[in-house]
Order: sequence, then structure tokens, then C-alpha cells
Amino acid sequence: MAILIDKKSKIIIQGFTGKIGSFHAEEMIEYGTNVVGGVTPGKGGQTHLDRPVFNTVKDAVQETGADCSILFVPPAFAADSAMEAADAGIKTLVAITDGIPAHDMIKVKRYMRRYKNEERMTMVGPNCAGVISPGKCMLGIMPGHIYKEGNVGVIGRSGTLGYEAAQQMKNLDIGISTSVGIGGDPINGSAFKDHLAKFEQDDETKVILMIGEIGGPQEAEAAEYAKANVTKPVIAYIAGLTAPKGKRMGHAGAIVSSKGESASDKVEILQAAGITIAKNPSVIGDTVAAVLKNL
Amino acid sequence: MNIHEYQAKEILSKFGVAIPKGGVAYSPENAKDKATELGGDMWVVKAQIHSGARGKAGGIIVCKSQQEVSDAANTLLGKTLVTNQTGPEGLTVQRIYVEEASDIKKEYYLGLVFDRSTESIMVVASSEGGMSIEEIAKDKPESIIRAKVEAAVGMQSFQAREIAFALGLEAKAISRCAAAILGCYKAFATSDATMVEINPLVLTGDDHILALDCKMSFDDNALYRIPHIAELRDKTQEDSKETYAHDRGLNYIALDGDIGNIINGAGLAMASMDMIQLAGGKPANFLDVGGGATPEKFVKAFKLISSDPNVKVILINIFAGINRCDWVAQGIVDALNQITIQQPLVIRLAGTNVNEGMKILKDSKIDYIEASTLEEAANKAVQALKGLEK
Repeated sequence: MAILIDKKSKIIIQGFTGKIGSFHAEEMIEYGTNVVGGVTPGKGGQTHLDRPVFNTVKDAVQETGADCSILFVPPAFAADSAMEAADAGIKTLVAITDGIPAHDMIKVKRYMRRYKNEERMTMVGPNCAGVISPGKCMLGIMPGHIYKEGNVGVIGRSGTLGYEAAQQMKNLDIGISTSVGIGGDPINGSAFKDHLAKFEQDDETKVILMIGEIGGPQEAEAAEYAKANVTKPVIAYIAGLTAPKGKRMGHAGAIVSSKGESASDKVEILQAAGITIAKNPSVIGDTVAAVLKNL
Repeated sequence: MNIHEYQAKEILSKFGVAIPKGGVAYSPENAKDKATELGGDMWVVKAQIHSGARGKAGGIIVCKSQQEVSDAANTLLGKTLVTNQTGPEGLTVQRIYVEEASDIKKEYYLGLVFDRSTESIMVVASSEGGMSIEEIAKDKPESIIRAKVEAAVGMQSFQAREIAFALGLEAKAISRCAAAILGCYKAFATSDATMVEINPLVLTGDDHILALDCKMSFDDNALYRIPHIAELRDKTQEDSKETYAHDRGLNYIALDGDIGNIINGAGLAMASMDMIQLAGGKPANFLDVGGGATPEKFVKAFKLISSDPNVKVILINIFAGINRCDWVAQGIVDALNQITIQQPLVIRLAGTNVNEGMKILKDSKIDYIEASTLEEAANKAVQALKGLEK
């Protein structure tokens, strides 16, 4: 099973013919992802990487039956492209783009509300490494080889810290059902709790790992959601215990501005919700292993 | 990005928010001239730094004569003010704002921020202005009014009126207060702001509403489309190392420890800092070199970190994905051929082509301590530091 993407997913790439889009398209294809085409306005009708290029997402969906898209569009145009994907009937959109203005993301989120819940696109990111269902499909920019196929669902904000966790797990022979990078921006397409809900429904996923960080209410909201709705064991690591208040730590969203947003506050809230805490980043794999052993 | 009070007020006034008359000055003579221009017999001289709570730090001086204005300017210009928002090093006053004194009947608080929970714009107001919102939340939480604004349709007049009534204003001031709230909303929504804070918003003796102070912050990601605001950036109000890094595409925050870090990815950087602390050390900085860890990026990063007198040991932790370890290792070697560093260097590489990367480092002439895990890297950095202290 896995969530969001699997072997059957038909992928298009928005910003297909650009340098970054091309590079990652090739990586995804090499991984075995079913890339069926791409969109670059004005280049419709051309062929790129042996796949058709379309002017609009609607055209691409109509011609190829694509249900997933990945966005490599520059920040100034990314919000528009995300709304285009939503309108064309894309089910899962990964936005890799870093630097989308927060006001634009609010607009995208409002725009998506015009669709009924069951028809609404799931947007992952922006400013993220993407989604991978190991062995099946890669919709992102991560190094696919560090992810082993298995039954841990992973949700994280950071790219490289997610890689670190995947590698620790692989070294312990632990695999992943799907890994979702929700991104480091203050307003993101989907939050921890959205994917907790999906993993709870997924047969392949046995435990869920959350990798959070300072700033914002999403980890606390996830704790509340997990307590009420998730029966599978949840493990969490929160980065930024040493981060100073009021400073933005790289990610636009990583700023401690109020109560409940610091790493220690979040750890406390998650623990109170019955979530197992990985005490430091070097024991993420070990903590998951211990929880799996107790199943 | 932050701007000064007088700049924020200028923006607000364009959206119909009433502000006291005032002028910016760069010298005592200049300040005196401004006071003359403004007229009247009482002025307030306000230090312009990117911080609130300036009053408590002595940054706001009420003057009853032009000589006092000149003296106040003399006192403030060049002075370093330390507030609870600046950190212990404080910020230096390079310009002051001379404002006509206002006849204050009552002070209110008005703030607009992004609410990340509801993903909308939140208006926060209180009848207990003058103290910080944190203090209000602690001492008078019942006075806080919150109103959510749907960004898609914007703030409606009734919402602004509701807030004005909830603040307990008298009938004759309601429409003026509502206009001020709507003006603030428009300023927020149309200029990619992330925060507008007016503290205090005041009711004057003749029942007018004035924004007596204002702080505005803007989304760094949107500066490309708000050039009139981007040009207001004042580098003297930023940490010089952070500005240097920012201008070179590095994500850097200065901290007060002694282990310098060069890491790719913000989350991994935070996690590495946590590991350093756990190992008994203290990070000297946060530095995310980003995805393309090229030799140029490493040269810039090494220059920045190694020139910091607080840095005694440097730790590199790179988890290579698409940018393979062999490229990263070559980048480090090339950078160290161009720049000499004095500090012991701990390197941990992981991810794609890690063995090839480690081989490049081993075969090179660079002097470094190898680590294979995050934990080992942090421990070895702290050990290296202890070795220096012996």
C-alpha cells in the first residue's frame, strides 16, 4: 500500500524542461518512478526525456491520466502552478520550491477549499525534499538508495535530517512504507496530522515516526490528533533544543515565538499524548527499533 | 525583514492610519530644526533601532524645550541600547525620530500577525496598551480580543467596528478606531507583512485615534515584489556576521558557544547543535550551506566561521543526497587549498558515495579528524576542544 504514491502513480513534472526539473526527473525515472510527462507553458508538443511536454496541467492530465505532480517552478510563480494542479484534478502535489511568500501560500490553501474534501488535492511542501514510497515511487529530490522498503511511516520537516533518520533505520535493517517531507515553511500544504491520518489507514504502516522542529503549532496539533485518533505507535524527535528564542533557524518556519513552540515545550506536549520521544538525533533509529520490537 | 518605527508609520499613514507629526534626524542640530518645524512646546525624541521596549532602555525622551531636544539627540545618537529584544550586545542608535507630544487619554494595543494554526491573519487587540503583549497575556488575559480575518476576502468593516467596540471606546471614537484597524489590515495585506504591531494605539484628549508607535516585519521571501520596502533595509541593525553570510547565500545565526558548524540543511543543523550540547559543548553558530555544497560555498563558510574569535573547533556535518560526498569532499579540499584555518577540524560525511568522499579527504593533505556518525562527530569536536584547553 504505502500512502500518497505507489507503483501505479502517474507523475508529471511542473517546470519539466528547466535545469533542476530535468535533473530530478532523470533521478526519479532512474528510481523507477512512472513519470508520464511534464508541463512547461509555451513548450507544449515538444518531447523531453522521451516524454511529452504540455502547456497546461489540464492538458497533461487529460492526455496521460496523471494523478501526481512535482513542482520545480521558481518561487514567484509557484503558488499559481500549485493552484493550476489543484484545478486540473491532481491528487498529490509535491512542491519542492523554496522561498514562496507566505501570503501566496495562504492564497493557495484558501483556493483548495473550493473542492470537496474527497476531491481535494493533498499538497506536500513547499520547501521540502518530497515523498518516497521506497521500492515503489519517488516524488522528490532525496537520495532514493538510503531508504529501505518496510513498515515505518515517516513525516518530517527537514530534508537532510530525514535522510539521517532513514539511514539510521536502514543500518538497523528497518524499512519505510512512505516518507513525507512536509517542509520548513510557516504555511505548508499539509501538516503532520494530515499524514498521521493517512498512515493510520495504511495497512503497510505499523509505526509512525515524526521529525519536527521548533516553531509553529503543528507538532502540538499532531500530538492532540494522535492521542484521539491514532492507534499505531508514534515516535517523535524534535530538533532545536539549543535554538535561541526569536531567531529564525534557516527554515522560515523555525522560529520560537510563543509558548508551546520551543523544542522542549513540544517534547513535553508530545510525551503527554503518549508519543515515544527519541531523545537526540543519533538515537532516532534505535528508538524506532525499540518500539518495533515491542509490537 | 524589520524596518524602523518612523518608516512603519509612514507606511501606515498611507493607508489612512493617523500618526503624530514628526521627522527623522541624524544630528542634534538636525533634531532641533525638526522640533522648530513641528512647532508646539513639547516633543518626544525616540531612538530608532529595530527593537521594541525602547522606553525602558532609556531610548525615548520627552522634551520641553528645543535645547532639551538637542540634548536628547546628543545623548541618544551613537548610543548602544540594550532592550529585552536586542540581546546583550544591544543595537546602536544611528538616527532618531522627533515627534510632537500627544495628549494621551488612554492606551490600547493592536497587533496583526499570521496565525499558523488557522492559516489566516489574526488581529489581536487589548485595552491594556503600553505594556508588551506577553505582559498583557500574563497579567490581563481577559482584556485580549482576537479576530480572525479571511485573507481571501479581507477584513470587513464590521470586524473592525466589533474590535473597536470590544476595546470599550466611546461612540465618537469608534469610526476613527475602526478606520485605523482597517488601515493596518490593508498595510499588512498589501505589503507582504508578517507582523504589524501598534503599541500603544492611543485615544487623545480630543477623542482622536493615533498610532503612537509601530513595528512592522516583512516576509523575506517576498522582498522581490516589494522593492519600496526592501530598500528600507538597515544593515546597521543586523548582526554584521549574519549580514555577511546572508549576502553570500549562507544561512547563518551567531550563537555564543565555541564550536563552529558547517552543515547542510536547517533541520540537520539544528539537530547537530543539539548533539554538540549533549556532548558537553556549545555551538558558536547555526550555518546551513544549503544543497549545492560547492567549493565556493565552503570557502565562504570557512572564512565566516574561522574568522570568528569565539570559534575554537570547526565541525562539518554533511549528509549528501543529490550532491554526492565525493563532490562535497573535493569542495572541502579545494576550499582548504585556498584558505588556511587555525582551528581543529572534525568532518563527518554521510549519504551518497560516502566511501569515495572519505577517500578524497584521506588522500588530501588536509589535517582533520574523521567521524562517521552524528554522535561521534559531536563527541570528537568536544574532545578536540578539551584537548586545546589542556
